[in-house]
Amino acid sequence: MKRLLFAMVLVPVFLIAAVAPALGSEAGYRLDRSQHDPNDLVSLQSGARLFVNYCLNCHGAQFMRYNRLTEIGLSESQIRDNLMFPVEKVGETMKVALGAKDGKDWFGVPPPDLSVIARSRGADWLYTYLRTFYRDPKTSTGWNNAVFPNAAMPHALWTLEGERALEVVQAKDLAGHVATEYRWSQLTSGALERVQYDAAVRDLVNFLVYVGEPAAQSRKRIGVIVLFVLGVLFVFAYALKKAYWKDVH
Amino acid sequence: MASRLMALWDWVDARMPSLAEEYRKHLAEYYAPKNFNFWYYFGSLAMLVLAIQIVTGIFLTMHYKPDANLAFGSVEYIMRDVAGGWIIRYIHSTGASAFFIVVYLHMFRGLIYGSYQKPRELIWIFGVLIYLCLMGEAFMGYLLPWGQMSYWGAQVIVNLFGTIPFIGPDLALWIRGDYVVSDATLNRFFAMHVIAIPLALLGLVVVHLLALHDVGSNNPDGIEIKKHKDPRTGHPVDGIPFHPYYTVKDIVGVVAFLAIFCSVLFFAPELGGYFLEYNNFIPADPLKTPPHIAPVWYFTPFYTILRAVPPLFNSQFPGVLAMGLATMILFFLPWLDRGAVKSVRYRGTLYKAWLAAFVVVFLILGYLGTEPTTVWGQFGFDAFFLDTKDIATWAGRLCTVVYFLFFFLMPWYTARDATRPVPDRVTS
Repeated sequence: MKRLLFAMVLVPVFLIAAVAPALGSEAGYRLDRSQHDPNDLVSLQSGARLFVNYCLNCHGAQFMRYNRLTEIGLSESQIRDNLMFPVEKVGETMKVALGAKDGKDWFGVPPPDLSVIARSRGADWLYTYLRTFYRDPKTSTGWNNAVFPNAAMPHALWTLEGERALEVVQAKDLAGHVATEYRWSQLTSGALERVQYDAAVRDLVNFLVYVGEPAAQSRKRIGVIVLFVLGVLFVFAYALKKAYWKDVH
Repeated sequence: MASRLMALWDWVDARMPSLAEEYRKHLAEYYAPKNFNFWYYFGSLAMLVLAIQIVTGIFLTMHYKPDANLAFGSVEYIMRDVAGGWIIRYIHSTGASAFFIVVYLHMFRGLIYGSYQKPRELIWIFGVLIYLCLMGEAFMGYLLPWGQMSYWGAQVIVNLFGTIPFIGPDLALWIRGDYVVSDATLNRFFAMHVIAIPLALLGLVVVHLLALHDVGSNNPDGIEIKKHKDPRTGHPVDGIPFHPYYTVKDIVGVVAFLAIFCSVLFFAPELGGYFLEYNNFIPADPLKTPPHIAPVWYFTPFYTILRAVPPLFNSQFPGVLAMGLATMILFFLPWLDRGAVKSVRYRGTLYKAWLAAFVVVFLILGYLGTEPTTVWGQFGFDAFFLDTKDIATWAGRLCTVVYFLFFFLMPWYTARDATRPVPDRVTS
């Protein structure tokens, strides 16, 4: 009976595991892995600075309060002096003056709120998206993106990254398979070197992931304690059951 | 202290003797078979999850706003600004999936040990009703966060009712309270999710348990323990009082379950997009249909059945009918099974093979429902009968046929199955 049950669960799992990767591979730009670290406070603070300077003009994070940034090691006066531009009270949320209607008129779509963008898009997507803008004369903004083709957003970080061009070619590899190849070239240089820019985007993504779920780190810390307590409780519960059941035959 | 408590108890007992009577009937002197195994934890666990959902739901209701303009934001408000809000919300969202996991395992227990057979048909019917209520509860609750998947999932499901001939469009309109899913829909789903269905669920759980305690529990051997009573005490010789034996045993199960539950809750509350879908972190947008709409995992077997059935005269109604039948057929299980024995332990190969096939196709149907129909690619050839070349759709069709054959052929294969003799007393 046990073997039968085991087989019933394993057969579909194997079937799906065997077939899925072969057929399920999706076309499109391959995402780079975001190496963000939610425990790296310096990175989070750097991300916060980038966020308020470059994103928080069109995009809001309307569910995130400024004073919550004390969690990433900033004091309220640091927040007030360096990060708060459009609002007066440190307990306010990260809203922007740009309304949805103006946003729609200017960009075609209103810039989405970024409070939980890392939860819907995922860190890898954001990390790759912000590093794959290129010059494209065919779009109204003059910018295009490899991950999100025809994105309405222009390259907000271009003064840091510089301008780049992208050539997409269908090339044959050694085995003769046709594969899409993305050839990047730097047109003008920005304020940051390539490696520095990648690190800056990593910090920004780190911050967006934090904003997506500010309680995430304390959630994991509490989780460890809860599981430990349950582990101890299990020993006692099991001993209690054994004691009661010793006369059941 | 103890004597005062006893005095209080005597005071209550003198005025309300039925309290002690019920305690004896359902706990202290409810004799359950002594050979319950792993599969018998899930009944009490389902009760635990129901309690968890009700308690966390009460606290969520204190902060949630059932308003199309405020709902999404109020959930984020709970996640950020309400003290302990995130933990309550994650308990509730993880609890929803946990509820289905324990209920599916509980139903599977009934299936393998024949717990639906005479004299427990009513228990099974109440159970299926609980399952249907649970589906309604989960579906309506899923609209409340007002994300893209909430919105479009509800749109798709309500439109299913719209395919019913003649009354469909009016019925869908009546359910939504509007021409599209809107604020009116959100408000009524909130009312149903918070009051109507939970009340029905609680009532059904009570009758499920009353019916169970009248006839007594089945067991892994499928033997009626009431056949052998101790002539001196009148209690079944193979039975033990539920309290304390099964209460202390269930505590072990509860702690083990909570450990798994908390692992998800604290370390992977989204569970890779299966418990909380990524697209549901985008606020509902009635003008933007997501490219891939998938229901939450617990509905996906039935969603695949819906997609597998080809439309007839441009109507999806046959698929809706198949999906409805796939759940309704559970009601007839006690009469479809003509087996001479209850437990799978004494059934023959024929039944075991069908049961194995059923579980395999149920899991495959569930997986396919989470993916687009193109997930397994397309057939490389043309044929007159291929209305769609998607391999996954044809796999879904094959699995749907097996799903229904398991039930439709049950009277035949259970009757001619070569069963083994059932022992007189329970085995350990």
